[in-house]
Amino acid sequence: MVKETVRWLVSSLVLLFVVTALTFVLVSLAPGDAAKAILSGQSTGYTNQQYQQMRHLLGIDQPLPVQYWHWLDGLLHGSLGTDLFNGQPVVDALANRIVPSLSIILGTVVVAGLVGVGLGIVSARRAGVAGRIVDVITLGGFAVPNFWLALVLVELLAVKVALFPAGGYVSLADDPAGWARGIVLPVVTLSAGAIALIAKQTRDAMADVLSREFVTMLRARGLGTASIVYRHALRNAAIPVVTVLGLLLINLLGGTVLIEAVFAVPGLGQEAVTASGTHNLPVIEGIAFYFTVAVVVANLLVDLSYRLLNPKARAS
Amino acid sequence: MSVVVTAAAPDVAAATVPTPRRHRRGLRHKPLGLVAAGYLVALVAASLVAPRLVSIDPEAQDLSHALSGPTAAHWLGTDRLGRDVLIRLLVGTPGTLVDIAEAVAVFTVLGVGLGVLAGFLGRWTDRTISRFGDLVLALPGIIVLLMVLAVFPGNDLAAMIALGVLSCPVLLRVVRAVTIATRNELFVRAARLSGLTTTQIIRRHVLPWLAGPISVQVSLFAAAAVLAQAGLSFLGLARPETAGPSWGNMISEASDVISTDAWLLVPTGGIVAITVLALGLLGDAVRDVTVGRSTRGAGRWVGLSEAPRPPAEATQDRTLLSVRGLTIGFSGSTVVRDVGFDVHAGETLGIVGESGCGKTVTARSLLGLLPGDGGVTAGSIRFDGTELVGLDDRGLARLRGSRIAFVAQDAMNSLDPTFRVGSQLVEVIRRHQKTSKQDGRKRARELLELVQFPEPDQVARRYPHELSGGMAQRVAIALALAGEPDLLIADEPTTALDVTVQAEILTLLRGLRTRLGMAIILVTHDWGVLADLCDRAVVMYAGEVVEQAGIEELYRAPRHPYTAGLLAANPHRAPVGDALPAIAGTVPPPSAWPAGCHFAPRCPYATTECRAEPVALTVLSPDRSTRCLHADQLVVP
Repeated sequence: MVKETVRWLVSSLVLLFVVTALTFVLVSLAPGDAAKAILSGQSTGYTNQQYQQMRHLLGIDQPLPVQYWHWLDGLLHGSLGTDLFNGQPVVDALANRIVPSLSIILGTVVVAGLVGVGLGIVSARRAGVAGRIVDVITLGGFAVPNFWLALVLVELLAVKVALFPAGGYVSLADDPAGWARGIVLPVVTLSAGAIALIAKQTRDAMADVLSREFVTMLRARGLGTASIVYRHALRNAAIPVVTVLGLLLINLLGGTVLIEAVFAVPGLGQEAVTASGTHNLPVIEGIAFYFTVAVVVANLLVDLSYRLLNPKARAS
Repeated sequence: MSVVVTAAAPDVAAATVPTPRRHRRGLRHKPLGLVAAGYLVALVAASLVAPRLVSIDPEAQDLSHALSGPTAAHWLGTDRLGRDVLIRLLVGTPGTLVDIAEAVAVFTVLGVGLGVLAGFLGRWTDRTISRFGDLVLALPGIIVLLMVLAVFPGNDLAAMIALGVLSCPVLLRVVRAVTIATRNELFVRAARLSGLTTTQIIRRHVLPWLAGPISVQVSLFAAAAVLAQAGLSFLGLARPETAGPSWGNMISEASDVISTDAWLLVPTGGIVAITVLALGLLGDAVRDVTVGRSTRGAGRWVGLSEAPRPPAEATQDRTLLSVRGLTIGFSGSTVVRDVGFDVHAGETLGIVGESGCGKTVTARSLLGLLPGDGGVTAGSIRFDGTELVGLDDRGLARLRGSRIAFVAQDAMNSLDPTFRVGSQLVEVIRRHQKTSKQDGRKRARELLELVQFPEPDQVARRYPHELSGGMAQRVAIALALAGEPDLLIADEPTTALDVTVQAEILTLLRGLRTRLGMAIILVTHDWGVLADLCDRAVVMYAGEVVEQAGIEELYRAPRHPYTAGLLAANPHRAPVGDALPAIAGTVPPPSAWPAGCHFAPRCPYATTECRAEPVALTVLSPDRSTRCLHADQLVVP
């Protein structure tokens, strides 16, 4: 157990290092920099001297390894640097943006997990009309581009019938009902594809488990369908499904970028697009850091539930 | 936008392709897959040809006809500048397809290359490549993609390469798993021994087996890439509107006028959705063709072609099970034909024969546990006055475990790997007897003692993977006994075990029979086991019963050439030092059954008469029958 924990820690740190270093390199490779972005915002134009001064002021004139070292040093002291444009600490700047993104991501995982697993079981067990309907839903969810679905949903349920807000975000603490109404459309949008993924996975895993010898033997021992399907088969099928749920969580980090753009949600995804357009390195780096932490946590959760579900994994 | 493709979970994908199989049925039997393939071909053709044939400029504006909706002049309508949507979609198609092709190429080359290397070379190469895969899979793909696009603004080639790299671990894992499975196949080992180089082996023997799994993953990735490309273009990060029409930026344009004209969303989103759908369906079809399995509706009675026949003869009072004219079919082909036998209370009946003679199928049919689309197509199974053929699953469930129990050959796989032995036992006990959990546990302990576990509590706490083969079989027997059955069907219960453990299980079964007084049907191909335990035996060959007799008569004077041949080939009987006599030839599969006597092609006594028409079972005495025209010629050895 100790050995495993150490291994997990080491691989997590390696991942954090690789991602943040890679981000540093890529951002500095990009043509243009933050100094240019700031100065070109002024109407008067700027001299080369001003430009160099600005670079110095922002600290981006230093060699890349030195900048990265400073960033790492800051990280060890709980700082993610400051926003190049407004001087706000990145930790604070991103703090407000994590909750909206997290609300949408976790909401989607819950909805997709419940609905997807349910549909998957129905599809695996019923060959008739119900199974066909599930197949069509999964195919549709898989094929429809989620940003397109978002546009349609907004038009139908926010503009034509004002059931939900067309965009924006209401804080959970300020107005829980408003918060819930606000995340419905983003969650539904992201869930469509996610449900398809989970349902397909559940169906394949259930079909696989239900065809295994031990299921036949459970029947031979006289157990009822309910126990065989929901107690035994589902538990075995859950192992691969949980893996996919973990991957879904990671995937949704990317998914939020588009969805936040469409629904004007002030989350991490939108900030990532803005910051990468303006070469706002500390902010990009901070988002990369949070995303990587999310990946690490998702993998850890998958690993833990693996152990919970699979006694073999627990033993080794 | 799903940046990292998870169309198939790597672990699961690996699990579904353990042994590569030859294509069972061609793609032509998959109408949906065929339609999907046809659409994709048409799309490519249209995008190549249409822009050249049609003279309309995709940028030609006609403000008087802006947002026209579908008309005769503009089949898919016009956008807000009056430009023809169909033309713009077609003009935008080659760019999209090129992007997808780039991403797919990177994905395939990296995934297959690294996967084959890792799987084939193993050791540190495998470890390095697998670690790389894990790392890439854990990268926040969207961040990397945004960064790449910041470095190469609006460069979709760079974005597509990044997409391919970020997603390749999924393919890598699948390819690696299949390669490892293939590497251990006999023919690859043989190729290696015959001196082929690694490259030759990979090219000739490994890659062909990978074709199926690779095409599945590639088509699914292509589908995801279409969505990702459209998403990036929608955001204006790749293929922005200034660079001409693309599917993504046309959706973006459509979204600007959504409140005035929602129609534009239909063709633009539609082409993306249909293309993704086609790729997904193609992947599914390819998977079905290469892996080919259908588990839906498994194990039901298949439509009975004729009403169950009443038992041909009056059964005696002590008859527990009476099987008459039992015929079993799989996918329309008959695998067991006209099987009949009786089992009396407390008696042990052996079913003996070579592999592939239908013993296991017969045994499983008694409980309605045939796999896949197998089913009883004719005949009758009467158990203690109840007709089992045609009984629904609930009716059968009432008998299973409590009246008739089953022990399978592969004990380890007959236990649920995720539950402890004790909990599996308690569940079965409480299914059959209404007892408290506590009494259930007590009873479980007794059962484990009954199957000779000296420390039952310790065994109850174990998971199946913590048991040895012999222990697992004893647990399986305990589970079978939990409902105190009148009849135990044991299908080769010792075949998978070591010789010493075999003896242990046989002793256990013999002891249980005497103590519990239950009847046993023992399926075996081992004459020693047969002689040891059984009172009577049924000999099966190629789906038919060929002889039935008390065990002593059968040994002393077989009245069917097949029985005689099997006995002669029995290692327990052969003189030490002599070559073991064997029956020449093999058991024919159902598709190759002869019209006449099934054994005729291998029989030294066969005459033209035997080959002419099916041979009927001859009853020699109340307890003895044979399916041979020349039974009289068989001399007592």
